[in-house]
Amino acid sequence: MLNTYAVVGLFAVVAFTFPFITLLMARMLRPRKPNPLKNSTYECGMETIGDTWVQFRAQYYLFALIFVLFDIELIFLFPWAVAYNRLGLFALVEMALFIGMLALALVYAWRKGILEWQ
Amino acid sequence: MTLLDPRVLGEWWNTFLRSGGLSEGWVIFINAVVVTLILMGFGLTSVLIIIWAERKIAGRVQDRLGPNRVGPYGLLQSVADALKLMTKEDITPERAERITYNLAPGLAVFAVLMLLVVIPFGPGLIAADLNIGVLYVVAMGSFGIMAALMAGWASNNKYALLGGFRTVAQLLSYEIPMVLSMSVPVLFAGTMSLHKLVEMQANFRWFGLIMPTAFLIYLISALAENERTPFDLLEAESEIVAGYHIEYSGLKFAWFFLAFFLNTLLLSAIAVTLFLGGWQGPFVDKVPLLGVLYFFLKTVLIVFVFMWVRATFPRLRIDQMMALAWKVLVPMALALVLLAATAVKLPWPPLARDVFLFFSNIVMLFVALGAIGRHLRQEAERFSGRQKWATSSSTTS
Amino acid sequence: MVLQAVFLITALLTLGSALMVVLHRNLFISALFLIASFFGVAVFYVLLEAEFLAVAQVLIYIGAIATLIVFAIMLSRGMMTGRTSPRNAQALWAAGGSLALGAALLYVVVFRVQWPVAEKAVPADMIQRLGTGLVTDYVVPFELASLLLMAALIGAVMIAREKEV
Repeated sequence: MLNTYAVVGLFAVVAFTFPFITLLMARMLRPRKPNPLKNSTYECGMETIGDTWVQFRAQYYLFALIFVLFDIELIFLFPWAVAYNRLGLFALVEMALFIGMLALALVYAWRKGILEWQ
Repeated sequence: MTLLDPRVLGEWWNTFLRSGGLSEGWVIFINAVVVTLILMGFGLTSVLIIIWAERKIAGRVQDRLGPNRVGPYGLLQSVADALKLMTKEDITPERAERITYNLAPGLAVFAVLMLLVVIPFGPGLIAADLNIGVLYVVAMGSFGIMAALMAGWASNNKYALLGGFRTVAQLLSYEIPMVLSMSVPVLFAGTMSLHKLVEMQANFRWFGLIMPTAFLIYLISALAENERTPFDLLEAESEIVAGYHIEYSGLKFAWFFLAFFLNTLLLSAIAVTLFLGGWQGPFVDKVPLLGVLYFFLKTVLIVFVFMWVRATFPRLRIDQMMALAWKVLVPMALALVLLAATAVKLPWPPLARDVFLFFSNIVMLFVALGAIGRHLRQEAERFSGRQKWATSSSTTS
Repeated sequence: MVLQAVFLITALLTLGSALMVVLHRNLFISALFLIASFFGVAVFYVLLEAEFLAVAQVLIYIGAIATLIVFAIMLSRGMMTGRTSPRNAQALWAAGGSLALGAALLYVVVFRVQWPVAEKAVPADMIQRLGTGLVTDYVVPFELASLLLMAALIGAVMIAREKEV
């Protein structure tokens, strides 16, 4: 099994270094004439007002949280799906219960208006 | 005919290497190097072709010619663009967090390139047939999300940060229905290895034909994961200018561009692998090399659909985009998984089971479309009512 | 030999980035180092031929938890602008305490625990066995996990609603 991952590993090293090596190589080709105006933050023709890192809406966080819960569910779902053909009817019932509980939580969030993007 | 079988060729190549007295470790290493070179070459050249095709197709759809100056049919346009981007000045805004800023485009390219390793291009033509192939594909998406967050944060630009937030919210939301729909083929085949998944779809028993709705959910989510129209509100030019890569120029911008187009190709390739039988087709068991042709034909078809959609549809609003993911696609995908699991356990002959699944998929699709349509009509009525009776015109966000 | 080299390099990178998580002055970059550290652990899992764990590590820790942490940092006012100092009055005591605890744990782990060595290679149908185990032997924890997830989601909804009122 590790032999298969040797390919993945070598490819990963190449794929990760490739963009940076080409960036370094292209340095010989490209001009470099920085000036303060060019290097200023992009805006609609004006100077940027205030700090970039202002507070954002907390709703992004809530969606990320819901995502984490579903992600964990998926991790449980896949081994179950792989083994499903050799399991009996009980596997179906148990997964239905598992998915049902998460679906219930989703319905709850829906009814409470959390899924509404304001 | 066996000469046309990649598996036989591979065996022959390995015995050739070993006959030279090489140890097993070196054989693995040489093979890894060869595979890496082939895949990198394929990935980079295919992007040039896809960019050309996208511009040509968008041009035709919009009754324009598209690129037609550089080379025959404008074929060398992408090459010229690549050369141009390489020689462009690379501007780093002075307020940017330099290391993170420079790392982000590389990570974006890395996340997409890594998918090449697990794509089965033909019978036996897969670089690494991992037991967890399907989950590997999903896991690499995590790095793409990180790249968007890093670029958005490190640019120190309001548009970039807002674009980064939107991107992550969209990618996270559509990852759930996408992965849920990917679990349906896994359920049928009983394996996560992408090569074995294709092998299980012999004789036109393609999982996308049995479960068309799951296939549709995958395609919609793939459009969103690829940040394509109608889900390109992350780079909405009219609102946030370009999204998280607004501050990038020159070759660094080119890397985001490359990641985007290569992702289009690979998401289509995975769609073909999971739902359209990959390299399966008539006479593949006789002439295995035909499989490569079938695979690319199907992939090009899906890529064409993506481009067609991009040239045709307007953009969604952010609340519509989130609602589609969480209120439509996720419940549908959950129901589909349970439906598939139930059907597998029905004591019917396989053909009856497949027909049952097909028709229940269609029914489910129409029920969902009906529900969306009813909701949109109500929404429209409410909106027109407010327009008529409101004393002061207030805009809805 | 190659495996040992890979292990050593990964171990150094993992530990180095774990150290940087604590030491870096910028919280966002600390979070990025945390991700690098998570990825190193995933590589360890691959080296141990536990590929499912490796992919779960990347999917859940890098894809979900790290994103959540980064969002939490980005959404808190003052966390992004000011560079927080990693040191405070208790820095010396904390460093000493952690070193002592680390040394004690290392001693126990290396010298006191009898590590059982697997006799056979990892079975090819490992994932099927895992899936079977989830719905047979470990069905109670499995269902409890879904209950826990539901409780977490409802809790998140409650907290988010409280803010609006």
